[in-house]
Amino acid sequence: MSVKQIIKKCEQLYNDIDLFYVQEWKEKHKSRAIGFMPVYVPRELIHAAGMLPVGIMGAGDLLEIIKGDAYFQSYICHIPRSTIELGISNRLDCLDGMLFPAICDVIRNLSGMFKLMFKDMYVKYIDFPQNFLKTLGGNFYQHELRTMSDDFSQINNVDVNRDDLNRSIKLYNENRAVIKELYDLRSQNPHLVPGSELYLLMRASNVLEITEYTALLREYISETVCEKRPQRDNIRVVVTGVFCEQPPLALIRALENSGCFIVDDDWMLGARFILGDVALSNDPINALADAYLNHTVCTASKYDQDGNKGAFLIEQVKKAKAEGVIFAAPSFCDPALLERPMQQKALNRENIPYTSFKYSENTGQFQVIKEQTGTFADSIKLWGDS
Amino acid sequence: MEVRKEKSMTLQKDMFANHFKRLSRAGEEGRKVVYTFVPGNLNELIRSFDMLPVHPEINALQSAMRKKSANYIREAEKHGHSEDVCTYVKCDVGMMKTGNIGPTGEKLPDPDLLLLSYTGCFTFMKWFEILRQEYNNPPTVMLQVPYQSDGKITPEMTNYVADQLRDVVVPAMEKVSGTEFDAEKLRTFLASSARAEDDLVAILASAKNKPSPIDAYFGGVYYIGPIFTAFRGFDSCEEYYRVLRAEIEERVNNGQGPITPEGQMSEEKYRLVVEGPPNWTSFREFWKMFYDESAVIVASSYTKVGGIYDNGFRHDPARPFESLADYCLGCYTNLNLPSRIDLLEKYIKDYDADGFLINSIKSCNSFSAGQLLILRELEDRTGKAGGFIESDLVDPRYFSPANIKNRLESYFQMIDAKRRTVRNA
Repeated sequence: MSVKQIIKKCEQLYNDIDLFYVQEWKEKHKSRAIGFMPVYVPRELIHAAGMLPVGIMGAGDLLEIIKGDAYFQSYICHIPRSTIELGISNRLDCLDGMLFPAICDVIRNLSGMFKLMFKDMYVKYIDFPQNFLKTLGGNFYQHELRTMSDDFSQINNVDVNRDDLNRSIKLYNENRAVIKELYDLRSQNPHLVPGSELYLLMRASNVLEITEYTALLREYISETVCEKRPQRDNIRVVVTGVFCEQPPLALIRALENSGCFIVDDDWMLGARFILGDVALSNDPINALADAYLNHTVCTASKYDQDGNKGAFLIEQVKKAKAEGVIFAAPSFCDPALLERPMQQKALNRENIPYTSFKYSENTGQFQVIKEQTGTFADSIKLWGDS
Repeated sequence: MEVRKEKSMTLQKDMFANHFKRLSRAGEEGRKVVYTFVPGNLNELIRSFDMLPVHPEINALQSAMRKKSANYIREAEKHGHSEDVCTYVKCDVGMMKTGNIGPTGEKLPDPDLLLLSYTGCFTFMKWFEILRQEYNNPPTVMLQVPYQSDGKITPEMTNYVADQLRDVVVPAMEKVSGTEFDAEKLRTFLASSARAEDDLVAILASAKNKPSPIDAYFGGVYYIGPIFTAFRGFDSCEEYYRVLRAEIEERVNNGQGPITPEGQMSEEKYRLVVEGPPNWTSFREFWKMFYDESAVIVASSYTKVGGIYDNGFRHDPARPFESLADYCLGCYTNLNLPSRIDLLEKYIKDYDADGFLINSIKSCNSFSAGQLLILRELEDRTGKAGGFIESDLVDPRYFSPANIKNRLESYFQMIDAKRRTVRNA
């Protein structure tokens, strides 16, 4: 496929809020599908049980909220209302379960709402460890993982063994390696991997079966390096704060059009949450737990045990040779907005410029944001170090 | 109406005044100070090391009652804190940025230890990350309390919390305090806690009487003060609850209603269950909207944020760490939504309420997300009238008295209409 065809396919998947792909996959494989909310879930467990993991990132700007608003006050973020709307409009009927990772109180309480509203669905809240000692948080998390794995086996009537888990772990390791390759390519040659294309590719991870997805990414990489695209005089920025409620695609395009190359980001973070490979071992559950405890990104929903707030972001900036940071947070997003002043303080110490705005997944007007980030880009070009 | 000052009120006032005095002298007296939160607080453990607790939420709500929170919040927003987030956090940050003067006008000491009891509220974690940065990395210890997502406390949950207490929290406290852990001292405190808890349960259950001798929300927030904060485990706490219980039992015997800021209520027209925290910036004005209509709150979820005791739980000296763990796990906001609904339904029935009201707090997603579903479910299950009002904890910009009063008036009319329907049926 050409780059254009690959992106077209990804955009179709992005627009597929009825989950037709999932329905077809289930029909074809005579199997089941488990949905999950942002940020991270151990998809390996779902895959090992022969099921399809399906990321549900709300409905973005693709769905008019008719009933979902009746479940949430105006001061709650947007993703739970569009997720409820997807549920009550039967668009999630093809899912046999939903996972709600511990990320904030809204997603936490949404898990209880799903228990009440969708009684036939398997609903699991995943409490990730905030204590990172193997003997404490590690043991607790291993128990969570084993419980989930047993549940998945039961849901799909299969016995999951060590080899099944290791096979899945290997596939997801390969996938993360290719994603890293893609991100590295984008960082080195941002004009070859526009942010909007990378975003659509990452969104495809929500539904595509993992081998198909990895192959698609490889194909994109090999095709896009051959593309002739114009070099632009853009500044290099890291976008952060978008790990849960996703920005509308048009917002990402608006950022790029305002003169920014996005050279790193935290959208669709779950697919990049584990850094490096999960070990293939005799105890794959232990390996998954160990990877979570010791080799994961720093993000707002995870406790900063070292008290070194902002260090990970600064590292991202330096590694990607970014000239500034764009803090984009969904309105009323506690994790992102509470994290922001701490990170800004850290950036101040390093003299890294930044700008901030809020959005909602269904934001439709980008002119103000575009002017803001355009001005930010101009100021860096005019007065920045480079 | 005649305004009465009960003995328990004086006792509580003195307890808090002395505590803040001790805090102000902590530096000169060499006492170590632990910042921690109300839900899942480990008062007995902290005090067993002879350390003093500071509860930032209490400072925030006290600042609001003294009309200081607006300036503190503005100060925090000036430093980049979003208008969208928890105002307790911003009030605390603003207070710290302007000299950390506590509610009694005395300066609060800096933390020697941040004890992040991560119980039922995601924001707690961010809050202490912020304080940790602001105070230049004081010793910080995280106690993760798993969420009761399936409506029960499993042995793995209890063990996880108890193991963290033994292996992480106690060593951190030993290091900061320079004192060796004294298991016997902890047991003594826990035994005292259990006795005070018995009295608290009787006090809150007294609202089953008609008329109710207490307001279990506006009055209730005072009743929970000592046991939810710095005093659980102490003789003074036991004494407070003994005295309070006796006063309330006397009111029951005399057929008296609750005491309000304007004296004793003479009529009980509406019995309500309330979900959600109160507004603190206009606390008295808010309360008045109820007692002016002869509405009494007979049970509330807010008086369970620092521990649920009416289900039988007591701190237990025989299993100190496990019972501290179960206490943390059992706090109200650590319950999943179905369990919260079950509990509220039980209160509506057990306390023979005419209806239930949700005070939805802009700042508090832990409480607020899902409350509209709670409202629907409770209406379906009980057939009682549900009401919904919105305000904030400590940000006066989000307290709109005319709006709330209008809604309450309509709500009371709804209850009247329901009563008429039942009578005519």
